[in-house]
Amino acid sequence: MDFKQWNGFTAGAWQNEINVRDFIQRNYTEYTGDAAFLAGATPRTQALMDRLQGMFKLERQFGGVLDIDTATVSSLTSFSPGYLDKENELIVGLQTNRPLKRGVNPFGGMRMVRQACEAYGYKLSRKVEEEFRFRTTHNDGVFRAYTEEMRAARKCHVITGLPDAYGRGRIIGDYRRVALYGVDKLIEEKKKDKASLSSGAFDTEHIRLDEELYQQIAFLGYLKEMAAMYGYDISQPATTAREAIQWTYFAYLGAIKEQNGAAMSLGRVSTFFDIYIERDLRNGTLTEEGAQELMDDFVMKLRMARHLRTPEYNELFGGDPMWITEAVGGMGEDGRTLVTKSSYRVLNTLYTLGSSPEPNLTVLWSTALPESFKKFCAKVSADTDSIQYENDDLMRPIYGDDYAIACCVSAMKVGKQMQFFGARCNLAKLLLIAINGGYDHTSGMHIGPQMPVLEGDTLSFDAVMERFDMYIAWLAHLYVNTMNIIHYMHDKYAYEKIQMALHDTDVHRFMAFGIAGLSVVADSLSAIKYASVRPVKGADGFITDFETVGDFPKYGNDDDRVDSIAKDMTHRVITELRKTPTYRHAEHTLSVLTITSNVAYGKHTGATPDGRKASAPFAPGANPMHNREENGALAALNSVAKLDYNDCRDGISNTFSITPQALGRSEEERIGNMMTILDGYFAKGAHHINVNVMNRETLLKAYENPEDYPNLTIRVSGYAVNFNKLSREQQREVISRTFHECV
Amino acid sequence: MSMTGRVHSFQSLGTLDGPGVRFVVFMQGCNLRCGCCHNPDTWDCGGTEYTPEDVLKRAVRFREYFGAAGGITVSGGEPLLQAEFVTELFRLCHGAGINTCLDTSGSIMNDNVRALLAETDRVLLDIKYTNDADYRRYVGCGMAAPMAFLDYLDAQRLPVTLRQVIIPTLNDSRENVLALREIAAAHPCVDKVELLPFRKLCQVKYDQMSIPFAFGHLPEPTKEQMEQLNQLLTHQEE
Repeated sequence: MDFKQWNGFTAGAWQNEINVRDFIQRNYTEYTGDAAFLAGATPRTQALMDRLQGMFKLERQFGGVLDIDTATVSSLTSFSPGYLDKENELIVGLQTNRPLKRGVNPFGGMRMVRQACEAYGYKLSRKVEEEFRFRTTHNDGVFRAYTEEMRAARKCHVITGLPDAYGRGRIIGDYRRVALYGVDKLIEEKKKDKASLSSGAFDTEHIRLDEELYQQIAFLGYLKEMAAMYGYDISQPATTAREAIQWTYFAYLGAIKEQNGAAMSLGRVSTFFDIYIERDLRNGTLTEEGAQELMDDFVMKLRMARHLRTPEYNELFGGDPMWITEAVGGMGEDGRTLVTKSSYRVLNTLYTLGSSPEPNLTVLWSTALPESFKKFCAKVSADTDSIQYENDDLMRPIYGDDYAIACCVSAMKVGKQMQFFGARCNLAKLLLIAINGGYDHTSGMHIGPQMPVLEGDTLSFDAVMERFDMYIAWLAHLYVNTMNIIHYMHDKYAYEKIQMALHDTDVHRFMAFGIAGLSVVADSLSAIKYASVRPVKGADGFITDFETVGDFPKYGNDDDRVDSIAKDMTHRVITELRKTPTYRHAEHTLSVLTITSNVAYGKHTGATPDGRKASAPFAPGANPMHNREENGALAALNSVAKLDYNDCRDGISNTFSITPQALGRSEEERIGNMMTILDGYFAKGAHHINVNVMNRETLLKAYENPEDYPNLTIRVSGYAVNFNKLSREQQREVISRTFHECV
Repeated sequence: MSMTGRVHSFQSLGTLDGPGVRFVVFMQGCNLRCGCCHNPDTWDCGGTEYTPEDVLKRAVRFREYFGAAGGITVSGGEPLLQAEFVTELFRLCHGAGINTCLDTSGSIMNDNVRALLAETDRVLLDIKYTNDADYRRYVGCGMAAPMAFLDYLDAQRLPVTLRQVIIPTLNDSRENVLALREIAAAHPCVDKVELLPFRKLCQVKYDQMSIPFAFGHLPEPTKEQMEQLNQLLTHQEE
């Protein structure tokens, strides 16, 4: 195939098949220079951003939700076009007809929509209630099939945050395909795939795929209609940089109109855009200022994306996040860096538009990245606390050089792999249930295999491990089956039509499980092994507390005695999970990631042998427990780095907070030191790190006087939030975390 | 019999004691009793015993973070009191390709110290005051010792960072900083001078140990004051 829109591009396999990676590899211009070329915000951008800041302020004043259209079900074409400033914006398209207004999306579940409307003083319209009266939602389907045991596990919070009442998310459409090929070509290819299904045995899987392709093709058509409402014909490839960004954004917009998935990540677009920008710069039709304006407008749109959530959802995933994750940088398989000037431009939006949690800018770090880019990233981190880092040297050998990150830490090849999101189980709670022989003291529920409470004046490590293994095996089996139901029903009732249309038809699926409370479990088992832990029984004969005498090694001090326990735990869990087959033959993966749910998980968990009190928060993700580090920051990083990515392919999240003073005396020293710390941490084989460079005092001030800090951004577990959007409880937990300070 | 040293603690991320990212070992025991001391808990002879090999093993775990500039720093307490141990540790570090840095008051000189300096890549020398009277009053030794130490470093051409804690009312004068500058200028081995603001965060440590913090009543210098004094170091006097 050939299109006139491709003039000036280097030819290759990408012209004969849908292959964005090949297009990028043949056409991008690596950039190893520094940030001096960047342009600032133009007065136009500034005016638009001021307008948007005003709307954000209004949204906060309205309690977090500016407006809800309770009568229109969100889909690609259900809202008339909306604008921030029609005359002046370069990239257009909103989820609804007005900025920050939220639509309702009941395909995942009616209850969530109703409750969310009510929480903000609205009532779901009779019209929508009627429309869905005889419709099965994903949520309906799941609860039809859930067993008693699954319901119980959910109710006592040993498995929590499951995507059974809303969109599952964590799927990244290859939105770039729309810009490179135009929608007509994508439809044509999908039609070919569908035709090729016409032979063979029509079993369940075959028929399901056949119907899914029908839906994908139909929705590609709706995507064209949606763009046409804004006055754009996207049936053909994009001609200019502005069009490439607009086409890509329309594809993403279609996805977030259709789906209210938990995490709606963007992929890896900046280097793709760079090819178009470079072509326009060469042709003299674009300036650096203009290029930055396009990036700024695009990012502004992303910052306006919203989903309607319940307060209960926010308790787990605080800060109203969408996880619009954009993977930046990294290295190519041929040794060239994938850093381009547009990698700089997208990070530069944190200056031109100010710091912000969204999009979730994720730098794919390699020790081989150009030094000047490393330096720029370190500076942006120190200035804005808005970016996270993931180990490209660890992921590239597995996923190649065109992967992206869904949500926080979940890697997948763009357009070729997807995942079934599975939240997480509470490993610390499971340990307590095991010790109590199948009784959860916090909820008062009997669950899992029933047996006597573990005997003995002090807990024996071997006896506890033997017990724990049994319960891990029980939970793993239950967890996989629960996920199988969820994803069967999601495919059936809330299939992601646009996002899957932007995948290869033959897609590889992951099923992503997760654990919370890893550091609590590691320290508890270490206490049992190296100190003396005496169980304390309540009047009902169940263990409710522990008296721990003596010192024990604590995770976060680079002490192999306990770090090996943490590592071994992840291995045991994934090994058990793999024993139960998954829906659609998905590959089992595991994450150590909590988002902000570490607070909620802790709340529902009794006292643990490590000395943690009942209801006290867990550490987030794979972090060591707060203030148990005795040998400084790098020892803590080393402990986390020991967790094996092969056991935790869905990611290992670590959040690192350090005071500027502890990083060095001058700004130059601080930036240099941060670079070597990142190099060192990733050379150790670690997977992910969030970096916050700030003083606890700043957070305390923001806690007391939120109105003075409207844009304070902080990295939490795999994403960033506006500090003010966290609950008071979540804020207190963030403040109590370890801040590495000067010696 | 293997040698051991008494160690107070380890800090895996040191960015303020020598160039780059450093693994810092705080030795236990000090011959001085400076009124501004931040680590009174390192004064006595307690600590935990480690062999040089033990400490090296710990340091090596952080090698990936050192980059081109970083390495190990031995501080204290006073590392010169355990010069033989530190010498062996530094010798092992060099064997492992790790840069070595010594943070000292320079108040002791003997054969063991000379042997240690032969294994040292950089010295962070704490010049506490710029006159003998203050030294005798607030430190407990004369100024001759650290000056002789500095002369020796100069003769050995060992790179040196001069450091001074700026304590308001005692050594925060223009004259004092200019005098420090003079000392640096007279010793070509000094390639950096750092003025460190006096801080009272350590008051808690004194309270916990139930001993008085001699300078607890003195104010901390302001940021502006530090900037002004720092300018004296870098700007040419007319």
